[in-house]
Amino acid sequence: MNSPIRRISAGCLLLCVALLINVTYVQAFWADELNARPENRRVLLDEYSRERGPILLADDTPVAESVPSDDEYQFLRQYPQGPAYTPLTGYYSYYYGRTALERAQNDILSGDDDRLFVRRLIDLVTGEEPRGGAVRLTIDPAAQQAAYDAMVAEGYKGAVVAIDVETGAILAAVSTPSYDPNAMASHSIEEQQAAREALEADPDNPDLNRAFAQRLPPGSVFKLVTAAAALETGDFDAGTEVPGPAQYDVPLSDRDLPNQNGEACADGTPTLIEALRDSCNTAFAYLGNEVGADALREQAERFGFGTQPLTNDDMNAATSVFPSELDDALTAYSAIGQFEVAATPLQIAMVSAAIANDGVLMEPYLVHSVRGPDLVSPIEQTEPEERTRAVSPETAEQLTEMMVDVVENGTGQNAQIEGIQVAGKTGTAQTGREEDPPYAWFTSFAPADEPRVAVAVVIEEAPETARDDIGGGRLAAPIARDVMEAVLGS
Amino acid sequence: MSLDRARARLEPPAADSIVPRRGRGTELILLMFAIGIATFAYINVDLGALGRVPPNALAYLGGLTAATGVAHVVIRIRAPYADPVILPIVVTLCGLGLAMIHRIDIARETTHATIQLTWMAVGVAMFVGVLIVVRDHRVLSRLPYLAGLAGLLLLVLPLLPVIGHSIRGARIWINVGPMTFQPGEAAKIILIIAFAAYLVQTRDALALAGRRILGIDLPRARDLGPILIVWVAALGILVVQNDLGPSVLLFGIFVLMIYVATERISWIILGLLLIVAGGLAANAVVSHVQTRVDFWLDPFIDPTGQIAQSLYGLAYGGLLGTGLGQGRPELTQISESDFIGSALGEELGLTGLISVILLYALLASRGLRAGLLLRDPFGKLLAAGLAAGFFLQVFIVLGGVTKLIPLTGLTTPFLSLGGSSLVMNWVLVALLIRLSDAARRPVPASSSSSPAADTAVTQVVRIR
Repeated sequence: MNSPIRRISAGCLLLCVALLINVTYVQAFWADELNARPENRRVLLDEYSRERGPILLADDTPVAESVPSDDEYQFLRQYPQGPAYTPLTGYYSYYYGRTALERAQNDILSGDDDRLFVRRLIDLVTGEEPRGGAVRLTIDPAAQQAAYDAMVAEGYKGAVVAIDVETGAILAAVSTPSYDPNAMASHSIEEQQAAREALEADPDNPDLNRAFAQRLPPGSVFKLVTAAAALETGDFDAGTEVPGPAQYDVPLSDRDLPNQNGEACADGTPTLIEALRDSCNTAFAYLGNEVGADALREQAERFGFGTQPLTNDDMNAATSVFPSELDDALTAYSAIGQFEVAATPLQIAMVSAAIANDGVLMEPYLVHSVRGPDLVSPIEQTEPEERTRAVSPETAEQLTEMMVDVVENGTGQNAQIEGIQVAGKTGTAQTGREEDPPYAWFTSFAPADEPRVAVAVVIEEAPETARDDIGGGRLAAPIARDVMEAVLGS
Repeated sequence: MSLDRARARLEPPAADSIVPRRGRGTELILLMFAIGIATFAYINVDLGALGRVPPNALAYLGGLTAATGVAHVVIRIRAPYADPVILPIVVTLCGLGLAMIHRIDIARETTHATIQLTWMAVGVAMFVGVLIVVRDHRVLSRLPYLAGLAGLLLLVLPLLPVIGHSIRGARIWINVGPMTFQPGEAAKIILIIAFAAYLVQTRDALALAGRRILGIDLPRARDLGPILIVWVAALGILVVQNDLGPSVLLFGIFVLMIYVATERISWIILGLLLIVAGGLAANAVVSHVQTRVDFWLDPFIDPTGQIAQSLYGLAYGGLLGTGLGQGRPELTQISESDFIGSALGEELGLTGLISVILLYALLASRGLRAGLLLRDPFGKLLAAGLAAGFFLQVFIVLGGVTKLIPLTGLTTPFLSLGGSSLVMNWVLVALLIRLSDAARRPVPASSSSSPAADTAVTQVVRIR
């Protein structure tokens, strides 16, 4: 009977090997896929069992935090400030993943970052539950709230960006309409799905961060760039008279480029300062052709066009563009911020900020510092960084003078602040679609003599305003004023 | 070696020169490791899950040592030549099972571990009882038909009104007072004994060749009676008790044993055909067979289902496991019983699960080895049946929870929560100890002048 027993032993060995191969397959090779399945509650519980670090504002107010949860999971991600900060925080959804800072700073927030390695090691030894680090933003809560409240009060669709001109720190970044990210962070997958479907179904696309990620034709606010290019040539100064007829005869084209009100600016030969004050299209179209497309593009790029901003913060900001291969006709349109010129509100704020900062463009940034899980011990702090010299100090000074004139005597009077000198520029940009009302822009900085904050506002849609009343000065300037006041008042 | 052999030929081994071969010292050292592993696992569970050393750790160590010590001492007295590896493996497995049951107790706020510990004590008592009562395994072969009848009776016991009842759809339980038993566990062992006894008597007839088809000698039609009876009984269990595992196991063991007895591969082929036929028939009658196959093919048709959860647990454990007390085995259904393999894989990882599988394989190999060494056909058959049946059960249940084969309900020997299974597996191990003792015991030196002397000497050498 020994030979069948030996064969049966071999059979048992075979079964044993089959078991071993199979468990090796499941646990070593299939495991990653199994762990990634959305209905896998173990991974879900794990995610929710770690105390994710908070995202803090400049005054340490949390805009995203993990609070102990009374259901089967340990922590619930909450956004106590609600929709005003959603474009910055993004959401933390188990099912749909993470967006914005929740995604970009995930390693720190979850505690997986290498910079927290020592901390994790200590936790491992002491048996503490590992916690995530904190991310402190540069956002000034007063400015952010003022901007958000003003936009929402009027029902505007658009965005606001405010920058600290000396450091490049972003003080406010608002995009409206926004949405409450709390539903996306719910522990209920169904609730997450419902929230996500509502987001996707919303025609206003609240999930789009209009402050950083949406490019629009900047219209007349781009005249700041054209003016800068002209001043930088040395052939012009603020007092130089330029032709400003009612119609600009566009080269190589039978079309005429008209002024907004259909009249000539300042008797037809405005100085540069007058041309900017009245936002004279024909004068700037002329200037554009005088300096040429290449000089315009070069100037735009020195202000930040053509380079993606906020890459250090990994915020998926859009790169603003000044078109290439322009003939004289298109150069004329581009010089007044039309045709294919497209800029984000962040980019326009950077233009103002550079002018305000004696012509030096600071690298914009959003994350002030990263801290350990105790929320105090610093791990890394962002140092302000010079990006480019956009214009010479002299040009910056002249542009400031011109922009002050815009707010004091020109199209930007709605941005005036009692007792503080404000420099600004309006814009009313054609959308390129006949049926759509124009975009209302405003960009400014204050105080003009010792600038601290630069702002850009864009209003894509103002449902309660008649089409003819839509203009940068009328709609956007008051919001810029509110934001500047909030920054300077704090 | 050749010197040893030469000496063995020249003179019968003196009593004290055999002592090292008994392996009782080896067993003692291995047992210390086993108790150490079990106690550390128990402490580790509390450290991982609750962050403290269990207050009763010393009592646990003491209890385990006492139970194991009793078993060891009884082996020393009653089965001094027994294989020294068997008991340590069993203690290790029991310890891991207890630790995991305790771990799931913590998660589910139950108190199963204490009950299981009590059952382990009962198991050890039964182990001791078997070793004391059954002094020679051959007495077991005396009453094959009565044993067969007793086994079948135990199998149908749960079908009786009042005492029989079903849990999770399987009617394999009986109530005795406040306690429940699975008489099937006892039936399995008694039936293996009955099969062995019966096959020893009839194997010559069963080995006779009948018709030859496709180069295989089929048994004679008139000899098909026994296998058909077992087949029908197995199908009966499946249909009436709604439990797939025991019927496959029972029939599988019978087929293996008939093959060992007759040395005819045709019985295996016939058995496989009958399994397929039975499976198809059962599929038509019993709905949950098809369900089991569906869940095997795609466990994620219900992502909250048993197999899916088991796979998630295994994946979560990965290579090294989460560590005892730090996984989430409570998310896997019945992880304290049928799915305890998956719970171990989760917290001890692939490495831990592989170790457990290898422990089982080692235990089975020790039983099969005893079968090879034994000299009487009944002992050989019994050892092969017990060991191969044991491993077949391990394969069916572990293969089921790891999606190698369709899931069938069976307990994982020594690990799963459940008194009947634990106690009867201790009985099974007692029989293996008894058999290995007989296999390794040297033939009395006084027989050197008899005609059997040559074989006796050869056998002594073969022990190594």
